Amino acid sequence: MKNEGTYSLLRNTGCIAENKIPITQDTVLFVDSVGKRLQEGYRMIAYFGRKVPEGLKLYAILGDDKQGRLCVGASKAADSFPSLTPRYPQAHLFEREIYEQFGSRPVGHPWLKPVRFPGDAAGGKPIPGDYPFFEVEGEEVHEVGVGPVHAGIIEPGHFRFQCHGENVFHLEIQLGYQHRGVEKLLETAMPLRVPLIAESIAGDTVVGHAIASAMAWEGLAGSRVSPRAEALRAIALELERLANHVGDLGALAGDVGFVPAAAYFGRMRGDFLNLLTDLTGNRFGRSHIRPGGVAFDLPQVLAESFLVRLRRLQKDLSSVADLFFGTPTVFERMDGVGTVSMKTCQAMGLVGPAARACGKDRDIRKDYPWGIYRFHHLPTVTTDEGDVFARALVRRIEMERSLEFLLSLIEHMPSGEVRSPCGPPARDSFSVALVEGWRGEIMHAVMTDSAGKTARYKVKDPSFHNWMGVALSLRDQQISDFPLINKSFNLSYAGHDL
Amino acid sequence: MWQILKNRWKQGYRTLKFPEEALLPERFRGRPVLTKGRQLDLGRCLFSPDADRDQAGEPVVYSRDYRMAVRRREDLILTGEEFKLAEALDKNMRKLFGRSLKLRAVCAGSCSGCDLELQALNNVIFDLSRFGIQFVASPRHADGLVITGPVTKNMELALKKTYEAVPNPKIVIAVGACAINGGPFEGSPEVNNGADTVLPVDLYIPGCPPHPLTILDGFLRLLGRIEEGRRKGCAR
Repeated sequence: MKNEGTYSLLRNTGCIAENKIPITQDTVLFVDSVGKRLQEGYRMIAYFGRKVPEGLKLYAILGDDKQGRLCVGASKAADSFPSLTPRYPQAHLFEREIYEQFGSRPVGHPWLKPVRFPGDAAGGKPIPGDYPFFEVEGEEVHEVGVGPVHAGIIEPGHFRFQCHGENVFHLEIQLGYQHRGVEKLLETAMPLRVPLIAESIAGDTVVGHAIASAMAWEGLAGSRVSPRAEALRAIALELERLANHVGDLGALAGDVGFVPAAAYFGRMRGDFLNLLTDLTGNRFGRSHIRPGGVAFDLPQVLAESFLVRLRRLQKDLSSVADLFFGTPTVFERMDGVGTVSMKTCQAMGLVGPAARACGKDRDIRKDYPWGIYRFHHLPTVTTDEGDVFARALVRRIEMERSLEFLLSLIEHMPSGEVRSPCGPPARDSFSVALVEGWRGEIMHAVMTDSAGKTARYKVKDPSFHNWMGVALSLRDQQISDFPLINKSFNLSYAGHDL
Repeated sequence: MWQILKNRWKQGYRTLKFPEEALLPERFRGRPVLTKGRQLDLGRCLFSPDADRDQAGEPVVYSRDYRMAVRRREDLILTGEEFKLAEALDKNMRKLFGRSLKLRAVCAGSCSGCDLELQALNNVIFDLSRFGIQFVASPRHADGLVITGPVTKNMELALKKTYEAVPNPKIVIAVGACAINGGPFEGSPEVNNGADTVLPVDLYIPGCPPHPLTILDGFLRLLGRIEEGRRKGCAR
């Protein structure tokens, strides 16, 4: 962990003493250096504030995807700091978040709007809906507002379309309805409660967030997890990926009106969730991942049954996916709809399958491998088109890769204790963990104070990067394609709102 | 066309006979079992062996019984005594809703786990519509609300407006630990601790999230379609 100019270099799940993180005293210089790195191709993984006795401290975590290194730097901010957003739009939501949480203003931010509408003790706070939406004026221009309560069984959020006839000029997405104060809860909760809150950040990414949280704690405690526990974590994570990906294909089939595939994919989603239940006792894998390892082992009998069932699912998946992707009307409906260009993907810093569908081979399992992924490599799946079809296809092929990985892993399970005690966290330290959840990059960063208590807990769900991708992919599209495009991203409202 | 037919034939018939085929795996954590003298609030239970403790701070043992829905908040206090499952609506309400119930789901700060399980009820395995129960798009078309999540401060107004839009008489069903008592978010200043802090609740379905079978069992009990583990009425 050597210092490199104004940054410390860390690996995924790395831990560093807080006072070893270099501080650039001049905020302007610090922001310039962040901009310079982004210019060089680093990616903004997180950019957030922390309240300290002297005021506000800013931290930037930048990713060097090629080297698999995380650069961590810090600065002090008074009541303002220069905004990076005009030149590097991937910073836009991070800067808005800092402003909302700590009141320090990113000067020059082109759309400094609320993010989550957190309450404050003084009261009289704005609530979602009280939001300065962009407006388009002119003849035959009209506005369509949808939400927060939607027609389906989904989470709340408000979508506002500026339209010309059926054509969408611009979509603005205003979230915040799901804000539960997750970061503050994680900072104040008893250590025993932390994994439970982490598992409830986004209910479809229980395992992903639980692993990120556990690894951040293990980083702080300097404790290690046995290879077997790492394998058992990966099994749960890939089952979660499979369940969600196949569920998404089913939902897309439903949205294009291809009922047989919708029903079969939907049934298969349940099969993957049932595997997770057999392993963990819960359909979403709750209570499995804990700091120090996992709660549930995979005994030989269960492993054999898993192999049989996964092989059967492999066959089923292939025949239903052939039906779905081989049907011309399905292709016609998804091709060229909701396209995100590689340029947009880069500028907005998209992650996960949404980025891979644009041709960007971003995958934490490959770029910043952790646990068992250091020894088992999954080929990264990319396509170039960036449309709904590409996002569907990436999911299909990723499922095939995940299944192959699971089968080989379960056939050769490493040995070891499934759970060992995780010691107390180091004092005045900083730890960061990244996980490739099914939606993309999950980050948990934890900082402790001089008593070893949590001083700051920063969570980032992949949805935080990708919601802007949905908004931009709607430009110049038919408004009636919105449900299909939205489904092809399938982002988390709760994960964004925290 | 042949592809579609071939796939249809391969897929076979998957719908679960309920409750006859409702069997859960060995590790499934259902309703906890307590010995005499012990007490646990099922409304605050997160079905996590690490966190669930009885009144004396002792860990609990889970059964595989998925049936947990009750009509009153106080009925969720689990003791060594017999657990009182949800009673049916009164005769008049049963006449109105017994064979056709339209529900509007409102997510008010859930992580979406409960919402996913509500959605799963529509798949071919659980096939909720065979019981005459459907989720509808508008509260104005609904007989009641299904609420998930602790009711965040930011969703409170939208939830109240949705409730007002449902025609009378109406029912409210709270699904999941959050909607009952705030779940893992209990005590956060950004949330209310459950749906009944905002609206009157007619049915509580515990779980984190509840299994689709737990929800299905709750719905059918409320409609008087199930008693003593047996189903009454039509549908196979």
